[in-house]
Parts: sequence; structure tokens; C-alpha cells
Amino acid sequence: MRREVPLLITFITGVVFALSYFIPGGWLGQTERVFGDWITIVQAFAVWLGVLNLLKISLIKIQRKEHDWGYSVVIAVCLVGTIAAGMYSGFAPQFESFRDPETPFNFIFRNIFAPLGATMFAILAFYVASASYRAFRARNREATILLIASFFVMGGRVPLLDSIFMPIIDGTFFADFAGWIMSYPVTAGQRAIAIGIALGIMASSLRVILGIERSHIGGGN
Amino acid sequence: MSLDIGVWIGALLTLGIFSFLYRDNPFYKLCESIFVGVSAGYWFCVFFFDNMVRKFYFGVFPSEAGIEPKYFLIVGAVLGALMLTRLIPSIGWISRWPLSFIVGATAGLYMMLFFVSNGLNQVADTMLPLYRETAGGDFDPAETLGTILVFIGTFTGLIYFFFSKEHKGLFGGAARVGIFFLMVTFGAAFGYTVMSRMSLLIGRMDFLFRDWLGLLG
Repeated sequence: MRREVPLLITFITGVVFALSYFIPGGWLGQTERVFGDWITIVQAFAVWLGVLNLLKISLIKIQRKEHDWGYSVVIAVCLVGTIAAGMYSGFAPQFESFRDPETPFNFIFRNIFAPLGATMFAILAFYVASASYRAFRARNREATILLIASFFVMGGRVPLLDSIFMPIIDGTFFADFAGWIMSYPVTAGQRAIAIGIALGIMASSLRVILGIERSHIGGGN
Repeated sequence: MSLDIGVWIGALLTLGIFSFLYRDNPFYKLCESIFVGVSAGYWFCVFFFDNMVRKFYFGVFPSEAGIEPKYFLIVGAVLGALMLTRLIPSIGWISRWPLSFIVGATAGLYMMLFFVSNGLNQVADTMLPLYRETAGGDFDPAETLGTILVFIGTFTGLIYFFFSKEHKGLFGGAARVGIFFLMVTFGAAFGYTVMSRMSLLIGRMDFLFRDWLGLLG
């Protein structure tokens, strides 16, 4: 029960989705669409599981008064507050949808979630700068190639190099050169990586469907 | 300076995250905790209304007359509910059933999608006649050179990823050419990453100096 049923479910769903590519109509295609709808619902429960787990961990930390438990209070309050705002926005009759611009949920999204998310990624600009320094020291041939490629792509994609060299080179030479790099050498490299990924995913998917790879059910026999 | 409470909240949270550049501090940790809590709550609500209300509830109980109820969706809800058994250690093993369903579906779907889009299509776009002509039927040297370059780059890049044979001799030379193309690709990817992060940083600075402080016109 604990191993056989999950392996059987994996095998059946995997085979249905793989075969429905070749036979999109009929009962196989219909089964695939039903499975697709089920996935959408299971995804929602998976998010609930994550949220409940976060709440459980935070409450345990608060109860035991562990190190920095005050931040767990903030997490729990913000979590419950956002859900409460979302439920009110979704069910209150004056709003058409929970995404309406006037809803409390949208206020939280616009003024808390979006600024925090954007700043979290923006802060990486500073760490990318220090990573650039390490990468661009051009200690060997490969690093030099990486340096040259990124220099021309960055300088060409924004009108920086063309503006600097305008008195010497007229037109959009650097923008065109960046375009050429993207169209040919980068395309070649990306294709090699993409084909490698395709082969890897096919092999690992087959292992999962056939039950050779069992890490998702705890591994072992 | 803005008088909008929302702008003030956004600005203070932005400064809180930026304070990490100095060092890890309570102001940053507070903003980080707010982000964790709010984002978990946000995604909970999005999945609740989009997947559960719109897809499941209105699927089983259609709001308009004449639409057939989709009772088979109840099986999906039962499968999803089984996932919550993970929170109860004694019956947590049941959560492997919906997990297996998701893993199996993803494996089957991705196997074919990647085989076609990343495998067959990429190979087909590479295996082109190397002699290229313009629309008028004349020899096109730029396009010919580009096609040759893409063919050589893809082929040697794949040789580099082939680890079943030692990279020595002619094979090793081809692998080194492959590294050249891969490094150009990584360089371009790095350049784009830097630009996207800088773009976000400029956006946040614009928000602080224009929307909050009103220093920019």
C-alpha cells in the first residue's frame, strides 16, 4: 500500500500524459484533461499544506519561545492578516473580485507584497556587482571570453557603447554586434544546453514513470 | 513628499530590505518576516479563489443554468485533501498518493514537451543547409556564416556535455571549441542578469526619490 499504490499512480498518470501527446482525442485525451483539472485542484491543496506548515512551525517557535520568536509572531500575524483581507475582498458583496483595485487585498499587494518582492531582487544588483568583479578578472581564456561577451551584450543592448563611441563609429555598430552575438554564438550554446536538458529530462522522466527513481515516495525498495 | 499611507509603507519596507547592505539587522529581519507572511497569505488566496472557487466550486456547482456539473472534480479535491495528511505523522504516508499523481503527470508531460521543444525542434533548426541564399536567390555570406557557426557551436557544445569518452585528442579539441560557445552563452546570460537586476534597482530608486520623496519631476 505504502509503496505499490504511489508507484502505480505515478506509472498510470505518466503514461496517460505521455501517450495523450500522440493520441490527443478520444478517451485518452479526455482522461488527460480530467487529470489536468485534478492537478489544478491538488496544486491548491499543496499551497494550503505549505501555508499550514509555515503557520504550525511559527506557532511552535512562539510557544517554545525559541531564539528570535518575535519574528515568528510577525510571520503568523501577516499570514493570517493577508488571508483575512483576501477572504473579505473575495466574499464581500461590494467587490466584484478579490483583485479589484479598491480591495484591502489589492492594497496589501500594491504596497507591501510588490515593493518587498521587487526590492528583494533589486538588492541582488549589489551582489551581482561583486560577483562581476570576481568573474571579470579574466584569469584564464574561458573567463576572458565570458567577460568580452557580457561586456558587448550589456554595452550593446543599452545605447551605452554606441553613445560613447559616436564620434568615432557612427550608427548602431555595438547594438548590431550585440544582436549578432545573441543570434549566432549564443543561440549555438543555448541549443547545446537545451538538447542536453531534453535528453536529461527524458531519461529522468522515464526513470520516474517506470518506478526506477523513487525519491518522491521516500526512496528505497 | 508623498502623503499616501501606502507609499509610506512601501518606502519604509524598501528601506528595510536595503538596510541589509549595511549588515543583518532587526529592521531587515522584520521586513523579511513581513514578506514571508504576506507572500504565503497572498498565494493562499490566489490559489483559493482561482483554483478552488473558480475551478472546483463553480465546476461542481455551475452558477448558470444549462451547464453540466463536473462531478469528477470531487475526486481531485479528495486527492488534494489527502495531501494535508502530511500534517498528521501517523497517516502522513497517504500524502504520497497525490504527490505521486503530480510527479507522474509532470514526468509524462515534460518528457514529451522537452523531447519536442528542446530536442527535436532544436535539432531540426540546426540541421539546415549551410549554403544560404537571399530572397532573390543570391548567395548570402552573412547568413551562411551564421548557420555554420550555429551548427559548429551546437555540435561541439554537445560534445563537451558527452562525458562517456575522455576529452582528449580531436574529441577534446572539439570539446574545447564547445566551451568557447558555452562561455559566450554564459557571458550573455550574465549580462542580461546584471541588466535585469539594475533595472529593478533603478525602479526602486525611482519609487523612493519620485513617488515617496518627490525629488524627481
